[in-house]
Amino acid sequence: MIPARIVIAGDSALVAEFEERIDPAVNARVVSLAAALDEARVAGVREVVPTYRSVTVYFDPLRTDHDTLVAQINQLTTRAVDLTAASTAHRVPVCYGGDLGPDLEAVAAHAGLTEAAVVLAHTARTYRVFMLGFLPGFAYMGTVDERISAPRRSIPRTRVPAGSVEIAGTQTGIHPSDAPGGWQLLGRTPLRFFDAARADPALLKPGDTVQFHAVDRQEFERLTARVVSGR
Amino acid sequence: MNIRVIAPGLMTTVQDRGRWGWQSRGVPVAGPMDPYSHRMANALVGNDAGLATLEATLLGPELAFDDERIVAVAGASFELTLDSRPAPMGAPFAAAAGSRLTFGRRILGARAYVAVSGGIDVPPTLGSRATHVTSGMGGLDGRALRAGDRLPLGKMERKSLPGASQETPDPFGAAAEGVATVRVLPGPQLDAFVTGTLDILQSAAYRVGSQSDRMGFRLEGPHLVHARGAEIISDATPLGALQVPASGQPILLMADRQTTGGYPKIATVITADVGVCGQLAPGDALRFVVCSMRDALAALIVRERALMACEGVA
Repeated sequence: MIPARIVIAGDSALVAEFEERIDPAVNARVVSLAAALDEARVAGVREVVPTYRSVTVYFDPLRTDHDTLVAQINQLTTRAVDLTAASTAHRVPVCYGGDLGPDLEAVAAHAGLTEAAVVLAHTARTYRVFMLGFLPGFAYMGTVDERISAPRRSIPRTRVPAGSVEIAGTQTGIHPSDAPGGWQLLGRTPLRFFDAARADPALLKPGDTVQFHAVDRQEFERLTARVVSGR
Repeated sequence: MNIRVIAPGLMTTVQDRGRWGWQSRGVPVAGPMDPYSHRMANALVGNDAGLATLEATLLGPELAFDDERIVAVAGASFELTLDSRPAPMGAPFAAAAGSRLTFGRRILGARAYVAVSGGIDVPPTLGSRATHVTSGMGGLDGRALRAGDRLPLGKMERKSLPGASQETPDPFGAAAEGVATVRVLPGPQLDAFVTGTLDILQSAAYRVGSQSDRMGFRLEGPHLVHARGAEIISDATPLGALQVPASGQPILLMADRQTTGGYPKIATVITADVGVCGQLAPGDALRFVVCSMRDALAALIVRERALMACEGVA
């Protein structure tokens, strides 16, 4: 195993970098190190942020220092952590196309496939949550079938509705709130992926898996009503 | 008991140390643009460093107090009046029940922090009262203050004014001279730029562009050149990071920045100088100077000593 390369990000943050690629195996090492750091409750560490291929450790430089943390990180990267218990498998209902997925038609045209074939390709795979960012609760997931990959929209939308299920390149995501966005919208889920009032506000965390399944408009409305009423 | 907002100013928000602990779930930290002055304001009124203050931007608010409180304003200097009598900057004063604090002309800096004994007691969101407007989180309904708002205040720990007025150190560094000097440490992605880019970064002053806000400052100045493309695999974005998009013009990431980003970051502002940046407004100039880790920590300790001295006697 290649050890992490540790770089300085100012006087209050360190970044432990693994191989430079978007890869579930690399990301598994990231999630593992982040979990080990969280568990170790290292003195002076404020917060640990896992991303695709690196872990950023924010710390209070008046309570600890680079050398101490580098030693701790090196020790923890060599320790294997079993994360199967910590990760969650999510099944996410999506109503594809129509006004809920206004870009499905364009994505199908770009791929030279029917809309049904795009939906089939999008629902066939189980995606890994690589990291969260961009918006509270927004998860970058992959890897989408190359056959349906599509570039970002040339002009981003100023408002993408919460629950929109989207793709860009070979990544897929779900808008956690009404916010701007430039990805291609395939459909919408009735589930709420972020709620600051919940003790754990974000439904997804790095290392989780997501499997989308298609539901019709009627089922979408029924599930939406259920989510709204909180049952 | 409340503060009533008579006039909100240009952009006044409730801020505390920030919403730490949720960046792995995409939740931005927010918090004060000038963390040093925020903490100093709290110290001057005898508040715990974790309590919330008001951050006023360029044009300050007019506030009315329901009950008697100790108040201090730190950071950007303004002409302050309490019921039309001058009130001091950087020192605690008593605001009687029914009194009004009015911000007048701005003299220096961009952001002032109003601390009130007991703190601004809006309900916390994910453990913090910091306002993040883009996500509508924290503060008062996740937004800047409006005329007519009522801000609940916490219980006062102390009622009497501290004895002697304290000398507060200047938070602006060289900002008064016209060009602020801001120290940076190279990285985390220095190797994403061609050799000599750090020299280019330090070669002349940058101007804070008009498209600058609490998320970040778009800087206009020496052009920075990437070694191989302007994209990296997204990683975390620390406070004070200088990220460089394809334009070659850096963006200084500030309090409301997103948690992650996909542009390479050439350098990171040292913690001691983040507040200096927070006091800049669009049109202001700053110059970056690379320093050593030892310098960065020494500067931080100087700031910490000043704060602790104030927290100790207040």
